Amino acid sequence: MYTPHTARDIEEMLRVVGVASLDELVAVPAALAVKAPLDLVPSLSEIEIAERFTAFAERTAASGYLSFLGAGAYRHYVPPVVGALAMRGEFLTSYTPYQAEVSQGYLQAIYEWQTYIALLTGMDVANASVYDGATALAEGAIMAINATGRNAVLVSQAVHPNYRAVLRTYAQGLDVVVDELPYAAGGTTDLTALETLLADQRYAAVVVQSPNFFGAIDAPAPSAVAAIKATQTLLIGVTAEAIALAVLATPASWGVDIAVGEGQSFGNAVAYGGPHVGFIATTSEQLRRIPGRLVGRTVDKDGRTAYVLTLQAREQHIRREKATSNICTNQAHCALVATIYLAALGKTGLRAVAAHNLGRAAALRTAVAALDGYALRFTAHTFNEFVLQVPGRASETLAALCARGIIGGLDLGRFYPELADSILMTATEITTMAQIERLTAALAEIAADAVARI
Amino acid sequence: MPLPAFDTPLIFEGGQDGRANRYVPAAPALATLLPAAMLRDDLPLPDNTELDVVRHFTRLSQKTFGIDTAFYPLGSCTMKYNPRINDALANLPALRDLHPFAPDELAQGALAVMWELERSLASLFGMAAFSLNPAAGAHAELSALLIAKAYFKKKGDARRTTVIVPDTAHGTNPASAAMVGYNVVSLKSDERGRVSVDAIRAAAGPDTAVCMMTNPNTLGLFEDHIHEIAAAVHAAGGLMYYDGANANALMGNSRPGDMGFDVMHLNLHKTFSIPHGGGGAGAGPVGVAAHLVPFLPVPVVRAAGYSETGGRWPSDGLTFALEFDRPDTIGTMRSFWSNFAHMVRALAYCYANGAGGLTRVSQLAVLNANYIRASIRDLIDIPYDEVNRHEFVASAQSIKRETGVRALDIGKALLDRGYHAPTVYFPLLVPECIMIEPTETESKETLDGFITALREILVASRERPQSVLDAPVTTAVGRVDETRAARQPDLRWRPPAP
Amino acid sequence: MAQPAGLIFSKDHEWVKLDGDVATIGISDYAQSSLGDIVYVELPRVGATLQQFAGIGVVESVKAVSDIYTPLGGEVLEINAAIEADPSLVNRDPFGEGWFYKLKLGDDAEKNNLMSGADYEKLIAQA
Repeated sequence: MYTPHTARDIEEMLRVVGVASLDELVAVPAALAVKAPLDLVPSLSEIEIAERFTAFAERTAASGYLSFLGAGAYRHYVPPVVGALAMRGEFLTSYTPYQAEVSQGYLQAIYEWQTYIALLTGMDVANASVYDGATALAEGAIMAINATGRNAVLVSQAVHPNYRAVLRTYAQGLDVVVDELPYAAGGTTDLTALETLLADQRYAAVVVQSPNFFGAIDAPAPSAVAAIKATQTLLIGVTAEAIALAVLATPASWGVDIAVGEGQSFGNAVAYGGPHVGFIATTSEQLRRIPGRLVGRTVDKDGRTAYVLTLQAREQHIRREKATSNICTNQAHCALVATIYLAALGKTGLRAVAAHNLGRAAALRTAVAALDGYALRFTAHTFNEFVLQVPGRASETLAALCARGIIGGLDLGRFYPELADSILMTATEITTMAQIERLTAALAEIAADAVARI
Repeated sequence: MPLPAFDTPLIFEGGQDGRANRYVPAAPALATLLPAAMLRDDLPLPDNTELDVVRHFTRLSQKTFGIDTAFYPLGSCTMKYNPRINDALANLPALRDLHPFAPDELAQGALAVMWELERSLASLFGMAAFSLNPAAGAHAELSALLIAKAYFKKKGDARRTTVIVPDTAHGTNPASAAMVGYNVVSLKSDERGRVSVDAIRAAAGPDTAVCMMTNPNTLGLFEDHIHEIAAAVHAAGGLMYYDGANANALMGNSRPGDMGFDVMHLNLHKTFSIPHGGGGAGAGPVGVAAHLVPFLPVPVVRAAGYSETGGRWPSDGLTFALEFDRPDTIGTMRSFWSNFAHMVRALAYCYANGAGGLTRVSQLAVLNANYIRASIRDLIDIPYDEVNRHEFVASAQSIKRETGVRALDIGKALLDRGYHAPTVYFPLLVPECIMIEPTETESKETLDGFITALREILVASRERPQSVLDAPVTTAVGRVDETRAARQPDLRWRPPAP
Repeated sequence: MAQPAGLIFSKDHEWVKLDGDVATIGISDYAQSSLGDIVYVELPRVGATLQQFAGIGVVESVKAVSDIYTPLGGEVLEINAAIEADPSLVNRDPFGEGWFYKLKLGDDAEKNNLMSGADYEKLIAQA
């Protein structure tokens, strides 16, 4: 449908090439030619395609439900100006800016993204993006392994379960050992065994997430950080809900060596899990270990300010098997979306959004915790998510909520068997008081029904 | 057609306190919500009015060259037109706002999209199944090598430690191998620019885990002995991996599965029209033959009510679920299930074409590349001057010896003529390499304009070399001091000290 | 072009100046010219023990990377802090101020595995 060739074009072009037909041009040895008819979706006109996908959308019933899901992917308000700018054709259809002279715009935007991430995390330098929060953690762990020469990592169980799973996937490739720290009764990481575990200096890094998977603010205490540093172990700080960076004490302030995380909350759609955008930021000492692309500011031959991809010798296309990572394509456009979002929101807007997240989640928390039969599972301070213990099994409560048109949150039993009675609930600035009241009323009804049946 | 040349200060240099936009209502005070010790002191980001933000990014876009701007013949990247309907469909609210943890029953339409795409890709490329999990080609390569590692571990074969890679391979191939702890053996291409069967027979042995190849290769040449190569690797007990970067050359014509490949990846942002977006996000499905299906990364989309033989097609009436519990899986590669918005785009592209359309896409991609080659071969060395596939390479080596003009300089001169430069210096095998891949969405008029410009530059390279060495002169900036950028890294703006 | 007198060379384009059992090591003019503008040099640690011909560091230019294979084995006595601060020294004065590191020789006989300036010139003339 998108090929412009007329029959005359093809005839003329074949003549120049010196071949009689298209079939002759593309001929392959008989043994390698496609034999059986291919079984693909049928070919449709554009209006029919639109109808087909409208049907797919209608078959996606979740859109009609009220949702309190978070757990690493967050619905925030994205001002339409973000899409209007990000979808400009030059941004959308450009390639990696290897020809700097004709890519100054995109290069500058990525330099601005790198700056925003450095400012938000408090670190010295950030790269041009990686795939997502989970792979950012895996790449950060590899940095730590290369920096220390050690091949084990100690990660909190309160780090997002999918992030830990990806860490294990990457670790199996590199024969790296991944050990876990449990979480404490209050909902933060249990660091009591930390010093003992660090004593034989086998870990390249300790990994904590804040806010953690339970929504709890989980920055390690200064004494724990001191213990980590004393053994030349690196500290990796993970952020899954990037909006929190606008108001919480920075990962740099806790003393992390490498800050990694997920930038989806900055203007990117949830989109059933992707594409999102991972970030990695670190100290000047670790700069040369950082994977992926970096944009630097320099001058051109006439002294004008110019931006360019730099320190490329670390990357796969030059270093090949000795590269810091195999990453080539990153999430540039999602990083651009995030940069535009951050520019439009600004300091004031971002902090207001963060405050609303805290406020709505607090309102939701207070309302549901007050219900008979329900209780907050943890006591730690939280950002925009928290864990609600329900009477009975979380899966049953969630099913009952579903019957009432509500997706109440995530059944934590899916990842933590001991928490099969608990739901991870999230509220953001788009959660209204009316929605909170509707959820609360539904939960009350469900508990009452359960009691009535006994 | 030059790009505008005006100053664009950093977004940080313009903003001021008091310029905030009003996207959300007045917020509660932070002090009422959390203890002070948990909060940061300040957030040194600028506030900019929406108008300033619009002008800033509009101007940055005007200083950026995209496919939408003009011809972009980057070899190996497949810079084809990115249809706008795909973006509109990815933006349907029900699909755009769907949460990955939404129950499967409420996500049936999205799962149907993933399933239809997966089934279409499996047939098109001759694989038993694909996982849509990996986020990019290199990510898929990593998955594929992890699959190989798991496969051999399950067989109890601990000797498999080596990956064979031709010297024309993309840099991600050896880099991915290193990330899985494999040694890399690089094979010299033969005088025809192909991998020689004898060389494979000599290199493949009991320590061979995987042979990574692409077909056509990065010189744009069809590996006509691929069957024998695959047989030799299989005879040695190894697996064949297909780097799908060049898949645009052979759809509907030949299938990696039929060539003997056991595992492969695709770059949806190359072959399936997903926008490159300045370098990402991409999407890299990984496909496998039947014996490797158990190892695929999770989740995989399962359809109840579907059987390979005589099931229902397309997806109407089937029920879908995400399957995570697969005992031999290598695990998951990323936070969630796939770059789903790109699955929507890729499936829409499949619908726009169908099998017949994709066959034609590949034929015309090959025609366009050969047309350019045939039109410039008298002015520049074509190391492998034969019918090529969707891309071909030229070498500026003899021009460089004559007047000092290099591949880099020819590329820069094209920028002044309003074209994006082709890929240069890859593959490493060819000195002063220029790799041209026009793609099938370019018209004969566009190609003719490019050919005229390139011919003029090649003549100038010999007769007036300084004019080429000075290029570009009409772009927003001239050649950039990359040495300074690397010696004195300035990778971010810093707020001025108070 | 004649190589400076008094140096011996490895096939990987490193030069050695011997002073008793102390060797000063760097890369040749041919090497620096092939690499282009050098932006970073990764040197071994002082006190490290190196094996002859092992890969012990890296020279990076904007577009390329080259491993440094030590032409001789021994204990690293000193590294050239000046080139860490200003890598352009390697381009400007590869045989002088652009030296990389100094070694205390482990085994004197190892120098027999290296070649004279004249032989090195024949090597690069063929390249």
